Order: sequence, then C-alpha cells, then structure tokens
Amino acid sequence: MATELTRAEVMRIAELARLELTSEELDLFTRQLGDIVGYVEQIRGLDTTGVAPTTHVLNRPVERLDEVIPPLSRSEALGNAPDAAPEAGLFKVPRVL
Amino acid sequence: MAEITERTVRALARDIASGVESAAAVCEAFLDRIRVEEPRIGAFNTVVHERAMARARAIDAERGGSASLPLLGVPVAIKDNLCTAGVPTTASSRILRGFVPPYSATVISRLEAAGAVVIGKTNLDEFAMGSSTENSALGPTRNPHDPTRTPGGSSGGSAAAVAARMAAVALGSDTGGSIRQPAAFCGLVGVKPTYGRVSRYGLMAFASSLDQIGPLARTTEDAALVLQVIAGHDPYDATSSSELVPDYLASVDRGVGGLRIGIPRAFVVEGVDPEVQGVFGEALARWQAAGATVVDIALPHSGYAIPVYYLIATAEASSNLARYDGVRYGHRAVLGRDDGLSQMYDRTRDEGFGAEVKRRIMLGTYVLSAGYYDAFYLKAQQVRTLLRQDYEAAFQRCDVIAMPTTPTPAFKLGEKADDPIQMYLSDVFTVSANLTGLPAISVPAGRSSEGLPIGAHLTGRAFDEGTLLAAARVLEG
Repeated sequence: MATELTRAEVMRIAELARLELTSEELDLFTRQLGDIVGYVEQIRGLDTTGVAPTTHVLNRPVERLDEVIPPLSRSEALGNAPDAAPEAGLFKVPRVL
Repeated sequence: MAEITERTVRALARDIASGVESAAAVCEAFLDRIRVEEPRIGAFNTVVHERAMARARAIDAERGGSASLPLLGVPVAIKDNLCTAGVPTTASSRILRGFVPPYSATVISRLEAAGAVVIGKTNLDEFAMGSSTENSALGPTRNPHDPTRTPGGSSGGSAAAVAARMAAVALGSDTGGSIRQPAAFCGLVGVKPTYGRVSRYGLMAFASSLDQIGPLARTTEDAALVLQVIAGHDPYDATSSSELVPDYLASVDRGVGGLRIGIPRAFVVEGVDPEVQGVFGEALARWQAAGATVVDIALPHSGYAIPVYYLIATAEASSNLARYDGVRYGHRAVLGRDDGLSQMYDRTRDEGFGAEVKRRIMLGTYVLSAGYYDAFYLKAQQVRTLLRQDYEAAFQRCDVIAMPTTPTPAFKLGEKADDPIQMYLSDVFTVSANLTGLPAISVPAGRSSEGLPIGAHLTGRAFDEGTLLAAARVLEG
C-alpha cells in the first residue's frame, strides 16, 4: 500500500505548485515528502465506509444582505505592486506570448 | 506599586484611566524594556516606536472621554501575520518583503477602539507554519526563560514578547496549536477560541478551516479582557459567528465546583515527558480540591489527529498561498530578457518561500492532485468527522477535556529543525481543537526541574470559552 514518491513525481508536483525548485531542493523534498507521505498514510488503514467528510465544523451558515460596500481604492490596491501602471489602473507583468 | 511592565492589563488600564499613570509613561516603559531585552530575545519584526507614542499621547490628550475603555493605553504586541494599516506586515516571509497593508485586521481595529496601543509586530514561523519560530526568514526568537531554547511556535514572538515584559499582552494565531504551545513554553495563558468566535479578516490565511486568532496573556483575567474585545460577528468574515459574546471577565472567577473534567488516559501517557506527567497530575489534584470531578473518557481517533491535520492544513495552505505570485505585492524575482510570466511566478515563489512553506505547499498540492484526492484529502476529512464524533460523545460525560499542552517543555533551538515529522509531533495534544473547531486554552501548571514552564490544556464545548477561563483561573491559585 505504501506510496512511492519519485523524483519525477516531485518535479511534477513542483510544476503544479508553481515552484522552480533547485536540484538540491528536489533531492531533499523527494526524501522528506516521501517520509511525510509514509507517515500520513496510516489513516488509509482506517475504515471510513459511510462516514460523511467534514465540510464545515459548526454548520451554522451566516447570511448577509447583498449590498455594495466601498472597496479599497484603486491606488491603495496598486500601492504594493512590484510593477504597476497607476494611471491606467493596472498591474504590470512580463509578456505572456 | 509594581513596576509598570510588571502590571497586568487590567491594572494598567485602571491606572491610566484613574490618572495614576499616563499612557505615554506606560508606553515609554515598555519601549525601554524592549531596548534592553530585545537584543537577547528577538521577539519583534518591527517595533513601531513613533506610532505607539503618538497614539499614547493622543489617549492622554483626550482621556476625559475614553476613561472607561477596557484596554486604555495598554501596549499590545501583534503577530506579524495580522495586517496593520501603514505598518509593514511580513508573515516572517521574504515573499512579503516591503508589504504595507492598506487596511487593518478586524482584531486590530477592535483592540485600538478599546484603547490599546500597538507597540510592534512579532516574529513567527513563516506564514505560521512551524512549532519553534525557527522557520522565520528573519531568524529565530529565543525563549526568555532560557535563551538556548525555542519559545515555541508559530506565535513564538508574541509569547516571548509578553513573557519578557516587552508587551502587556499579545495576539497570536492558532492553526494547530500556534497560540497554546508557545504559551505553554513561555509560561503564559493562551486561548484558541471556538472557530468563528473571532473574525479572521486581515489574518494572512494559512488553513482557513482551522485558523483562529486569540490572546497570549500573563493571567486568565488579561486573556478574558482581550478575548472580550476581539470576539463577535464581523461582516467582513462570513465564517464569524453571530453567537452572543458572554461576559468573560465574570466567568473567570466562577470556580470549578461540580465541573466534570474528562481525561483521555490512554492518549495522555504515550511519549510524554515524566515531569510533564507529574505537573499534569498535580493540576488534576488542584482542580479536584477546588470541587471538580475527574472522569475517564476515550477519544479513539485522537491518534490520527496529526496525520489528518497535516493533510488538511497543507491542502488548504497550497490553495491559500497561491496568491503570492509576484503580481500584486511583495517580492518579484529579477527576470532575464527571455523570461515570461511563468518564469516570474515560479522563480518568485522559489526565492520568496522558505523550506518548510515549500514542503507544505508541495504536500498540499500532492494530496489534492488527481489520483490522490480521495485517498488522502477526502479520507482525512472523513477521519476528521470521526474525531468530531469522539469529542461529541466525550462531552456527554464531561464539561471540559484536560491534557498536557505539549509532550515536553521547551526544546532546544535546532533540536528538531531537520526533522519535520518530529517537529509535527510536538503538536499532538493541540491539533484536535482546530480540527473540531472547539475552544481550548493553555494555562501555566508548573515548572520542570530546570525551571521551564509546563502548561495544562483544556478543550471545551463550542462557544464555552467562559468555562475554560474559569478552570484555568483555579490553577493560578
């Protein structure tokens, strides 16, 4: 039942997680994530047939009126951006194509 | 009269309201203390000298109108994952270098409206992921009781600041024990309120179904005063509860007469330091002497709490931390001419996050990925249901559940830094309160032969923080 975690699989996870890992990090995480997965895997032996998964601990839905409230101003929202075009009200990022 | 920095929150607010002390003198006394102690402890990421003094002087100038405020002029330290308008807020991460929030967390607005003076932002394990404050990009914090040891984590800076008298009280956040474990290691009272009791608006999300904000204080009375101020519904947090907030200060001296304290004996024995066992046994005896009865209970699934916690917390974290991408705030990697958007995301995140945060994002991404979701994430949420049922059944037979807060007193800096699983196991008694959403408290119960504080931990029924405070108060003697 033990799940093997290969270096290739860790690379695939890093891609999904949008992390450009170094070769040393890949080695370290392959070992450590393998250990951690081996540890958490113990729950798979437990019989949970018919047990509903938890979605919310208190099950007390809170309702509110659908009202517009003042949001952050555009200049505040852009104020922390590494690169922005405040006049245009835009965040700037490197080219996509 | 006691030195200013030795006084309780209640005494400070009273002395300032009555004019015995000015808010400015109180603020200066704590800032002086920070100058002396901080080089040895490293509790703060930012000390806001001028902002704090300006606020203290403003309180003195208008004292006539605000004398009844419960936290009037009380210097508070704030964990640095709580947004504070105009003050750098980093979560102790490189990826938020230079970030200055345009708004304050609801808890900070509430503290300030109650008269509190924010004195600084405290160190934490990066994004609250850790149990020792060693996972901070800004370096570790040291335990004031023994600087070779960790203050615990992730709210280690908040705990150390209060224990070293650099703040009268502090706020922390608790996802798996991050208020209660440092409170135990530093000899403080730490409260993890019921899920939804305190608004999370402005808290940098780690695991949204587990995170709660609460106080780290020197006395239960101080913890009650602060909880009173921060508890209650907030329209900015849809998971915050409209349940009425009771008078916590009135609860503190209610005593434990007739209280049934449940002990999960089978769970408490394994791997627990004999001195911790001894102190816990003495705490039980003191509760019994004060009129409580002790009953044996079983929590058959508590042994699965740590694996369930690490599956759910990392899954939620991998989603929550997707927002740190170099676009809207914080760090952005320097790019070459041929680099595009993907390289910016991937390199920014690799440079910005520390090792533990990356490990957890990776684990969370893995357990949510196609082919593993049912086996890990869904399974963990099912076991979480079983754990909640354990607690429901136990609360048929008792009113609170007692355990030690931690298996050992504060461990040495570096002792568990290279072994993630050993580090995770130090949260064995605290994670269940987050998984079940139930309120919990850690209260100083005694000391080890080396003089290190040891905490006792109580879990209560949902929204029954009052009973926890009353039981904790009994141990203060």
